[in-house]
Amino acid sequence: MRVFDLATTPLRELNSALHTLAPGTNDTNFEVVNPRGSHSVAVGIDQPVVVEVHGSVGYYCAGMNDGGTVTVHGSAGPGVAENMMSGTVVIEGDASQYAGATGRGGLLVIKGNAASRCGISMKGIDIVVQGNIGHMSAFMGQSGHLVVLGNAGEALGDSIYEAKLFVRGEVKSLGADCIEKEMKPKHLKLLADLLEKAGIADARPEEFKRYGSARKLYNFNIDNAEAY
Amino acid sequence: MSYQNPYTPPRKSATFDDYTMAEIRRAAATGIYDIRGGGTKRKVPHFDDLLFLGASISRYPLEGYREKCDTSVVLGTRFAKKPIVLKTPITIAGMSFGALSGNAKEALGRGATIAGTSTTTGDGGMTDEERGHSEMLVYQYLPSRYGMNPKDLRRADAIEIVIGQGAKPGGGGMLLGQKISDRVAHMRNLPKGIDQRSACRHPDWTGPDDLEIKILELREITDWQKPIYIKVGGSRPYYDTALAVKAGADVVVLDGMQGGTAATQDVFIENVGLPTLACIRPAVQALQDLGMHRKVQLIISGGVRSGADVAKALALGADAVAIGTAALVAIGDNDPHWEEEYQKLGTTAGAYDDWHEGKDPAGITTQDPELAKRLDPVAAGRRLANYLKVMTLEAQTIARACGKNHLHNLEPEDLVALTLEASAMAQVPLAGTSWIPGKGGF
Ligand SMILES: Cc1cc2nc3c(=O)[nH]c(=O)nc-3n(C[C@H](O)[C@H](O)[C@H](O)COP(=O)(O)O)c2cc1C
Repeated sequence: MRVFDLATTPLRELNSALHTLAPGTNDTNFEVVNPRGSHSVAVGIDQPVVVEVHGSVGYYCAGMNDGGTVTVHGSAGPGVAENMMSGTVVIEGDASQYAGATGRGGLLVIKGNAASRCGISMKGIDIVVQGNIGHMSAFMGQSGHLVVLGNAGEALGDSIYEAKLFVRGEVKSLGADCIEKEMKPKHLKLLADLLEKAGIADARPEEFKRYGSARKLYNFNIDNAEAY
Repeated sequence: MSYQNPYTPPRKSATFDDYTMAEIRRAAATGIYDIRGGGTKRKVPHFDDLLFLGASISRYPLEGYREKCDTSVVLGTRFAKKPIVLKTPITIAGMSFGALSGNAKEALGRGATIAGTSTTTGDGGMTDEERGHSEMLVYQYLPSRYGMNPKDLRRADAIEIVIGQGAKPGGGGMLLGQKISDRVAHMRNLPKGIDQRSACRHPDWTGPDDLEIKILELREITDWQKPIYIKVGGSRPYYDTALAVKAGADVVVLDGMQGGTAATQDVFIENVGLPTLACIRPAVQALQDLGMHRKVQLIISGGVRSGADVAKALALGADAVAIGTAALVAIGDNDPHWEEEYQKLGTTAGAYDDWHEGKDPAGITTQDPELAKRLDPVAAGRRLANYLKVMTLEAQTIARACGKNHLHNLEPEDLVALTLEASAMAQVPLAGTSWIPGKGGF
């Protein structure tokens, strides 16, 4: 276990250590203390390391994570786990805007609330938020899953492509081309798996509604212009 | 004897000319705005409106074939551990695989590599072919983030954060369903055959303060190795350049309104943005005001066609230029060789701009494998290399005539303007006077 105290150690040393593991090493556990809102903590991980961050982080924590397991025992600033490729990121507190933006894979679990634009432009990532999410979430979501145990803000899934959204609480409003869809058995199964992966035992798939693309804006048609 | 009125020829309106009226009828018939490729077609003040003075009694020229005139340029000297070293200050601008065929991208890579310069990816991500064939490859970081991944970020030689393009400052991208092949769809994580709208704003940052933090993230991910460029469309060049410097860019890429696009609304291309000529001096001024001229490099693009254009951009203070359209023409775009087929598409060589439809007879702006095969990437790469070398020689010829042993030693003092507009924009005197509009004098 290597400990990085960001009160005394430059961020560069932490990220550099994460990027230069000796091949075959089993020394893959990292602990970060005193992050004190630092930006870009544990970004660009490309190995199956385990990082425990004690405290809250600033922007882009675990950005582009590819295979790491990062847990933040605190809250995360904007763009946590942006463009994640694979691995797991868990935020014990709340997450700011753009959580999981453009993520391509892996699992992002937010135990508190997520602010606006959660899962914006998502491209394959799975995001599970135990609290509420803000407005414009899953904007232009291309693929992957967004599961919300609380409520969703305005314009959920605006201009959505093929991402699948599951919300247990209320949705303030749906964005352009996003509609409620039938929850089929395969979706219940999918959702049950996602909840299990996120370690959530107190929610049943049947309590959720599913949202996705009406696919009306997929090819331009002048008579749909009011929708934009 | 009856009086006959003399013949008056029919008179067409200058306001409602043939093209304007045809466009009204087209809009009325189809219900959709015109989308096309290329840059602005209207005439705007440009490099053609500038002339070099050359040497005279008080200025000493260099000998053509004997005295060296250096053309090399180093990009990314501010923060990057591995700056990019080019033999010529003419780079290949970002053009996406998707907009262009795989063969076209390969040809660009081959040509640029022979000439000792860099190519750039585009909206849609990096292909193995272009990485393999480009010795120096700049990887674009765009709002859509199509194909973005840390592996490609690390195998790039530089990163270009795209904020805007001259053809459409403030606009996103568009790749219409016709061009979405299986491979393009896969690279962009989208279903085949649907229109792909690329966002116009980045998904995870807004404003210059966020941009600074975003740049820090990209530097940390790539261990401070790669130069980071910021590309903006010509809009508010003084402030955009200053903000890019403040945000921590190594290089600023500034693209004027003549800059090409793969597909954008004609109304956007023709009516939004500043001409390239109007962008350069304010950007250079911003760099000088911050003490960053030559420390943060400036790349200018939008309508660069010849060594004269290169020399003029550099004389006004740019460090390098980028070319898009001209590179496509060099590899075979709009070649009269295909005239019969252009006619079938209702156009003519030189005017073909329906690049978004994917039917390009020259096999460049297409994903149709049969059409793409028409472009031999080796021969086309050779043509691009020749063209780049000619442009470099042309720029050297001018620089020597002005007595400069490096293209970067060209300066505004070497230039005059042919028109008032160009004089005001380029801030060089109107030819034969010492007058610059807005600067006093006689
Ligand atoms: C076919 C084509 C595709 C383009 N694709 C992109 C792109 O993906 N990203 C980008 O920043 N600019 C793109 N551009 C703009 C060029 O990078 C560049 O700014 C412009 O072409 C320069 O002007 P020029 O064409 O007059 O040389 C594209 C241009 C063309 C012609």
